[in-house]
Amino acid sequence: MGELVFIGLGLYDERDVTLKGLEEARSCDLLFAEFFTSSLVGTGPRRLSNLYGKKIKVLTREEVEGGDIMVEAAMSRRVGFLVAGDPMAATTHVELRLRAHRAGVSTRVVAGVSALTAVAGALGLQIYKFGRITSIPFREEGFEPLSPYEVVGMNRAAGLHSLVLLDIQEERYMTAGEGMEYLLGCEAELSKGVFLPETAICVVGRLGSSQPLVRADRVGTLLEEDLGTPLHALVIPGKLHFMEVECLSEFAGLPEDLAQSFNP
Amino acid sequence: MGRKEDNIRKAQTIIHKPRYIRNIGTVAHIDHGKTTLSDSLIAGAGMMSEELAGRQLMLDYDEQEQARGITINAAIASMVHEFEGEQYLINLIDTPGHVDFGGDVTRAMRAIDGAILVVDAVEGVMPQTETVIRQALKERVRPVLFINKVDRLINELRIGPEQMQQRFLRIISEVNRRITEMLPDDLGKEWRVQVEDGSVAFGSALYKWAISVPLMQSSGITFKDIYGYHEEEKLGELSKIAPLHKTVLNMVILHLPDPYAGQKLRIPVIWKGPPDSDLGEAMIGVDENGPVAFVITKIIMDPHAGEVATGRLFSGTIRRGQKLWVVGMPNPERVQTVSMVVGPDRISVEEITAGNVVACVGLKTVVAGSTVATDEDAIPFEQIVHYSEPVVTVAIEAKHTKDLPRLVEVLRTIAKADPSIQMEIDQETGEHLMSGMGELHLEITQYRIVHEHSVDIMASDPIVVYRESVQGGGGPFEGKSPNRHNRFYLEVEPLPTQVMEALQKGEIPSNQRIKDPKGLSRTLVELGMNKKEVRNVVWIQNNNIFLDVTKGIQYLHETIELCKEAFIEAMNRGPLAAEKCMGVRVRLVDAKLHEDSIHRGPAQVIPAARSAIYGAMCEAGRILLEPKQKVVLNLPQDVMGSAIAELQSRRGLIEDISQERDQVVITSKTPVAEMFGFATAIRSATQGRVLWSYENAGLVKIPQELQGEVVGQIRSRKGLKPEPYDATYYAA
Ligand SMILES: Nc1nc2c(ncn2[C@@H]2O[C@H](COP(=O)(O)OP(=O)(O)O)[C@@H](O)[C@H]2O)c(=O)[nH]1
Repeated sequence: MGELVFIGLGLYDERDVTLKGLEEARSCDLLFAEFFTSSLVGTGPRRLSNLYGKKIKVLTREEVEGGDIMVEAAMSRRVGFLVAGDPMAATTHVELRLRAHRAGVSTRVVAGVSALTAVAGALGLQIYKFGRITSIPFREEGFEPLSPYEVVGMNRAAGLHSLVLLDIQEERYMTAGEGMEYLLGCEAELSKGVFLPETAICVVGRLGSSQPLVRADRVGTLLEEDLGTPLHALVIPGKLHFMEVECLSEFAGLPEDLAQSFNP
Repeated sequence: MGRKEDNIRKAQTIIHKPRYIRNIGTVAHIDHGKTTLSDSLIAGAGMMSEELAGRQLMLDYDEQEQARGITINAAIASMVHEFEGEQYLINLIDTPGHVDFGGDVTRAMRAIDGAILVVDAVEGVMPQTETVIRQALKERVRPVLFINKVDRLINELRIGPEQMQQRFLRIISEVNRRITEMLPDDLGKEWRVQVEDGSVAFGSALYKWAISVPLMQSSGITFKDIYGYHEEEKLGELSKIAPLHKTVLNMVILHLPDPYAGQKLRIPVIWKGPPDSDLGEAMIGVDENGPVAFVITKIIMDPHAGEVATGRLFSGTIRRGQKLWVVGMPNPERVQTVSMVVGPDRISVEEITAGNVVACVGLKTVVAGSTVATDEDAIPFEQIVHYSEPVVTVAIEAKHTKDLPRLVEVLRTIAKADPSIQMEIDQETGEHLMSGMGELHLEITQYRIVHEHSVDIMASDPIVVYRESVQGGGGPFEGKSPNRHNRFYLEVEPLPTQVMEALQKGEIPSNQRIKDPKGLSRTLVELGMNKKEVRNVVWIQNNNIFLDVTKGIQYLHETIELCKEAFIEAMNRGPLAAEKCMGVRVRLVDAKLHEDSIHRGPAQVIPAARSAIYGAMCEAGRILLEPKQKVVLNLPQDVMGSAIAELQSRRGLIEDISQERDQVVITSKTPVAEMFGFATAIRSATQGRVLWSYENAGLVKIPQELQGEVVGQIRSRKGLKPEPYDATYYAA
């Protein structure tokens, strides 16, 4: 009997996978991977291949969305599907798992380290206090959604933090700067005072690498700063617990006057 | 001073006195003698020497037109004619005589107030006679009737004066029937042509004589005399005592409106702004001191001057160097030269006043149909309506790749000058596709590209323009996005007939931003659509309508633009044969969307909504529409059998056969797809004894038993797999 195993690879390079994930990958007959929902910036398929002692077939978006390749292969063999981060955080893969399951293929998920928790961790923000997650897409003709801004607005109104993920498209990674510009653009259109140059914001980047970026400051200030290479993510804080303020000051360089403004 | 120069000097004084101006045209069925008449008028009245007229068809100065003996470009000749001691300026605007150029005819009508309707005495009222009457009346252009080729009745058909008069009466009553049918009651009565008052004349354009009943009474010339001149072969004398240009131009001056009378009646029909506004009053009053309102009816490429825009000046004065707005364009433009048009010549003047026909150089952004005004926000004229859509296409390539940039530019200019030509780039092959009103229309345009614009080209064989549509209703059909996290539910149905007609006439514009959504909804309800479904008209593409009837779906506003893209793609490439769709109403009834915008971008939404439209069309029953032509043959009885056989071998439906002496008139409807090479075939089938004409007669569903085969051919030609996909494919 075949099997389809979703294996999370973690945050940054080939060494972020769990020990269990590594063993699973090594024991599979066939390995597939995708890097369009998320990406391991610090490594490449070759290094992964060497680590698992197997060839890895990297699939395009169309191939993953089509799904047939993996489901068919998993009919008779043990197939591993390698995904950066935690595999089911990318909703696309939920659907693949459903289809495989319905086709009579048994499935398993090996969890991985996810940015969704790592970002909060790096900043010292409390996971309990996050609102809805949103992401910012690259603008395209006829597609300039304002909903990311609206989600941030709703979270803030409820005193919750907003984790904002940034688009990845064919080797193009949206930077924190581009993400902030996008939200400023929405502000210009909707003028609800949700995202202004004076608004406090946290930026993290390259989590899992030896030189991670962890910053908290005003939007205007961070737009001027060199934030280095991607991947980046943004957090727009809601109400801060005093412990959170302290963490941001100690770990993320939150300026004193901003810190004051958060203290009740 | 030569006669021509003398006339120009006179004309320059008349242009300031609208009472003494007539802007007219000639309209006729092909070959009824429109061109000959125009030339004889010009020869008689001056502007060009008499000797020349016989040889050179003045108005047909386009090389290609001469080679083919067909009038293509609406050129203009200005003549000075004396009547009852006053000098009149008559601007004669030639209109194309071939149905392939229907778009051009309608445009020329905008410039004129009156028309000489030419009808061949031998053939009588023909299908295009009816079409041109309709086109004229629609623009409130008043007709007078000239019955031509009377010499043939006498010399060839040898019919007597009694029969001749009966024939005239029949033609007159047929013309009048159409006039009264097409106009409001009062106007219909007023505009009927009448023998007694001299709004009908008859004669011979070729032999340059013409006469009317009042003239017969005053001059004492009788029918008997006319027969006498023919028997004695003294037509030259007849043309001295009853010269064509005098009779016809007198008729024009007496019975066709001057700009005051013309504009008073026409402005409310062709311009929908308020009549009591400054501009409205100025136009109705032909006020030379009012704001400029100038309608472009024709753009000619001049090798020296560049684009020359010609049209009718309804109010104000156009001066050299003046700044004017082309309505809808962001910046004003400067008029470099202003001129009167005299056949191939343009006479440059300092200024020209309301009521005249004017040619301008310098208005770079105009297209045929544009409104040019002093005021940036002037209300433009009603769109000039085309009666037919293009029916054939050729793919064009530059013979030498280095010419490609030039070709692109030339095609752009051509499309600008002749809006009945449509240019498109094939997304797959990158070829330039040129569509037009018929085989000949495209041949002539190709000839122009090569000879006037000096670009060597290669053209494919002409291809018929098909359309796709649906038989009944289909859906709601579920379309899934590739990531399967978004679902769209769409329905399709044919549009109501009245809505379809309004779309085809251009009363409801397609393929452009909806400027007045409320007004549009109101119009659609008036035309029979449901109030609720038209509350949110998203887009209209190629005469198909996309309606959003959903309520309160979160995030839908972020994806509706993408659904619109999907609709545009689907309507540009139907599911059956990747041809354009027409007459389809598409309704978005529901959608289920992913929470996060990244998962519902263009790559997800467009394919999902498109599949839903295609799938719903499959369920509704896909049909292919093909263009048909009404073909009228006029031939001797003994070749009738082979002519009918020829038509039937081309899927022609014989609609009517009527007989007059030994001549038979066959009317049929034949698919354009079967008409290629018809000219040669029918000539040989009838030993060259046929006169024939055709007119586009709209799109008709292709017979079911042929659909599969034709679809297969189109798909193979486009490099698609021969079998179209079915609903299951779109549901996946
Ligand atoms: N016998 C005769 N032939 C005419 C007369 N008027 C025109 N024609 C001929 O009819 C043909 C078509 O005329 P043309 O002016 O080109 O027609 P158009 O297509 O309406 O412009 C030409 O061969 C003319 O010489 C006429 O009064 N008498």
